[in-house]
Amino acid sequence: MGAVDYPAGLDELIAKKVDEIVSKRVEERLAQLGNKPKGPPSMTIIATKGTLDWAYPPFILASTAAALGWDVAIFCTFYGLNLLRKDLSDLKVSPLGNPGMPMKMPFGPEWFRKISWNIPNVLQCNVPGYESMATSFMKQTIRNTGVADIGDLRALCVESGVNLVACQMTVDLFGFNHDDFIPEVSEYCGATKFLPMAQKADVSLFI
Amino acid sequence: MQFDKELDARGLACPMPIVKTKKTLTSMAAGQVLKIVATDSGSVSDMKAFAEATGHELLASETQGKEFVFFLKN
Repeated sequence: MGAVDYPAGLDELIAKKVDEIVSKRVEERLAQLGNKPKGPPSMTIIATKGTLDWAYPPFILASTAAALGWDVAIFCTFYGLNLLRKDLSDLKVSPLGNPGMPMKMPFGPEWFRKISWNIPNVLQCNVPGYESMATSFMKQTIRNTGVADIGDLRALCVESGVNLVACQMTVDLFGFNHDDFIPEVSEYCGATKFLPMAQKADVSLFI
Repeated sequence: MQFDKELDARGLACPMPIVKTKKTLTSMAAGQVLKIVATDSGSVSDMKAFAEATGHELLASETQGKEFVFFLKN
């Protein structure tokens, strides 16, 4: 049998047509199987810590993802509920149990600021007001370096449509009520509601 | 380079340069150019990643002394 001479461009036409038809069929099939066509990337964060240093990662990640056009939800549970309080100025940070924390003074000449002070735990536990001092130094450090205030960061999240969800169980556990938290909390629910959201998300983080 | 709006992100650390860029872009018309000036060294790779992820064209990315200047097309 001899080779057949196809008209010029027929291969391309066939490839194009097959592409169109297959893409359409795949979409239809996926829709049939209950899979919605892919929307923007999505992320869920479970925030479980309530100190000043742990407040930053969830809000920074959420606001950045929102700036990239992602759908984001943060589920605040246990001490993470602190992130939803009306007044965030109460968030504290403790060097105790945080041996990784650089302890540098946020004031004074450059050479002084570079020193990392190794304060023994026995002093950290026994000097009254130590945690307040550490917190105020941390806040000064944050201001000095141009990092956003935690309240501003949260407001940016809210403005960019980040979904803030609170764990009702924790609210009950610690005897809080909804008035303690910002009105922008979209829902008070439990793990049963949140886990399916996490499963559908492209990125799920536990902080 | 020609631009329609300028965003001063000097002194702001991650994620503010990007978050403010996004916010400013939403108030601009398609095709307009935004000039961003930042001092955060992380913003160089952040701005490139932002442009790639969101489909805005990064027309230029320059270092001028201690400042980083970007031109982004909406």
